[in-house]
Amino acid sequence: MSRNDPEGDPQEHAHGDAHDHNGSELSEMDLRVRALESLLVEKGYVDPRALDILIETYEHKVGPHNGARVVAKAWRDPAYRQWLLDDATAAIASLGYTGRQGEHMVALENTPALHNMVVCTLCSCYPWPVLGLPPVWYKSAPYRSGAVIDPRGVLKEFGFELPAEVEFRVWDSTAEVRYLVLPMQPPGTGGFSEEALAELVTRDSMIGTGLPKMPESKRELA
Amino acid sequence: MNGAQDLGGMQGFGPVRAEAGVSLFHADWERRVLAITLAMGAVGKWNIDMSRAARESLPPAQYLSSSYYQIWFEGLQKLLLSTGLATEDEIRTGESRNAAAPLPRVLMADEVPAALLRGSPVNRPATTSARFKVGDKVQTRQLNPSTHTRLPRYCRGRKGGIVALHGAHVFPDANALGLGEQPQWLYTVRFDASELWGTDTTAASVCVDCWEPYLDDLDAGST
Repeated sequence: MSRNDPEGDPQEHAHGDAHDHNGSELSEMDLRVRALESLLVEKGYVDPRALDILIETYEHKVGPHNGARVVAKAWRDPAYRQWLLDDATAAIASLGYTGRQGEHMVALENTPALHNMVVCTLCSCYPWPVLGLPPVWYKSAPYRSGAVIDPRGVLKEFGFELPAEVEFRVWDSTAEVRYLVLPMQPPGTGGFSEEALAELVTRDSMIGTGLPKMPESKRELA
Repeated sequence: MNGAQDLGGMQGFGPVRAEAGVSLFHADWERRVLAITLAMGAVGKWNIDMSRAARESLPPAQYLSSSYYQIWFEGLQKLLLSTGLATEDEIRTGESRNAAAPLPRVLMADEVPAALLRGSPVNRPATTSARFKVGDKVQTRQLNPSTHTRLPRYCRGRKGGIVALHGAHVFPDANALGLGEQPQWLYTVRFDASELWGTDTTAASVCVDCWEPYLDDLDAGST
């Protein structure tokens, strides 16, 4: 297991180890989980078809494309933006995104003077209805430990830097309130459709560990 | 509890490795752990705070050397054992040796979509008026329970300001112990980063959601 990982950082690497040089650990987990699942099915505690639907839902249906639609709509529609900032749970529910791990939503507005970053230092709290399941790094020790003390350093590890005068505000998801960052709209996209804007909204820009993509035309000029 | 889950501000884990693409699972067993954890969470034998407490109470060395879904798997096993739904022998062999325990409910396939969209809101009718309002200055209490809490170590005994009220929410410190929901007012408290870390930080401020029993009034000089 990752105890032997010479690079440390076990929560990031445990999976990779299993693939690379520790296949026995993977198969041991595989066998233990299979045993437990078959026990739970045999006892009638779980419906095996429900398990498949749960996986299908979070692997393929719910994901950051939901949040991107929320952000794009807020960029296009000032009234929706205000609603999102005033009552994110209702504004997000109006697009059909509700439920587990998104029961109590708050939107955080980035401005030229303020950058918001969301973390869960204690576990892995994350707004599932708008972003899907958290990526591995979000649950890892490096991110959970670092974001609250050195958000600027963390952002740099994602390849982004912001001017020194921008304030970093970190939100630790310690309760059942879930946070969605409303990133700043890229310049020069004022006439874009909601669909085109949604294409620019990355998952990480809604966590605060990234920024939205620049439109193709701007990237070519840059 | 002051366990290994409470990672805020620790150092030495190395850089964040942001993997390319949307990487959610690295092995099929991780999908299965997610699904059986969610399905068993719905049967009504324990609550989300008990689940978190089960994961956090892993020995720190084990917690830090496990991948996230390994931690979930270990937590689920603990809950199955502590509630008598399965024995160690059954979990190891994967074969049922005892009669199934009665469950309040089982999450059936056709109920999954509605159950997920409904979620489990934790806001409850408030039975008291809120002790604090936006703008009040507060100090977090110096709490070190050996049981579940959601007040991270890095912001205990620190001064901050109330920036939001969220109504009364289920109180995890009680709910994790099976003592009932005991709803408490929930606030967002903003701390200057210097109050938490001195000058060794690149944050300007950190916001933490705190239930009323985590907080003392600083304005009234009650310290």
